[in-house]
Amino acid sequence: MSLTKAERTMVVSIWGKISMQADAVGTEALQRLFCSYPQTKTYFPHFDLHEGSPQLRAHGSKVAAAVGDAVKSIDNVAGALAKLSELHAYILRVDPVNFKFLSHCLLVTLASHLPADFTADAHAAWDKFLSIVSSVLTEKYR
Amino acid sequence: MVHFTAEEKTAIASLWAKVDVEAAGGEILGRLLIVFPWTQRFFDNFGNLSSDSAIMGNPRVKAHGRKVLISFGNAIKYMDDLKGTFAQLSELHCDKLHVDPENFRLLGNMIPIVLAIHFSNEFTPQMQAAWEKLTMGVANALAHKYH
Repeated sequence: MSLTKAERTMVVSIWGKISMQADAVGTEALQRLFCSYPQTKTYFPHFDLHEGSPQLRAHGSKVAAAVGDAVKSIDNVAGALAKLSELHAYILRVDPVNFKFLSHCLLVTLASHLPADFTADAHAAWDKFLSIVSSVLTEKYR
Repeated sequence: MVHFTAEEKTAIASLWAKVDVEAAGGEILGRLLIVFPWTQRFFDNFGNLSSDSAIMGNPRVKAHGRKVLISFGNAIKYMDDLKGTFAQLSELHCDKLHVDPENFRLLGNMIPIVLAIHFSNEFTPQMQAAWEKLTMGVANALAHKYH
């Protein structure tokens, strides 16, 4: 599965619109994740996950930065996320099902921040893009 | 069995009261057909689904989306007995429509996204969590009678 030229343009354009608030988007996506899918908190026993927690904000920034890197290198997501892919495979070992949950929460966050821009085709492009990101991150699992 | 707290019920009902079922239904189904094009397999007789605008503008998509969302309204009325409420529809989807239950989850995923677009900040993480529980409950209820 790979993105068409039109889909790439769409992904880049949407991210461009929120790039100034990327950190907040990352943090909000995580908040939504922990709220809707509380089992995902099991990967963060060492974190204070309350709203406003500095750890949550720092981690949200990390997630946003990684998504931003993937967007910047949208022609080579595997290359851009190679190190993260190894981290997830050998150290973090987050069960693959959770990438779907986080992707969904990222879509909800984008939708709520960009109601006019998150059209059906933008939504489709982002769903596909996050699916590719998830694949890259789980590609070395076994 | 899925259990909703009083807060979750209130939150869901309060948002539902503001939903334009007519518009939202078509939007939700339309997005399903666009984002997951393989779901079009169930709608061969719907006419023109050849492009995003064709899908969103298709009157049969709008009508069917509305029908689905109205049925979803029953879930909200009878939140404490989703399996009972959807028993007949479950049998229908299995025996007559032959729909893979995974599609109920895919459709369910469209709902929070469309609600986020319409309600923005009001669609808080807590509000979303209540709705995710509901859509999951409905998807499970619709799959419950499969055999």
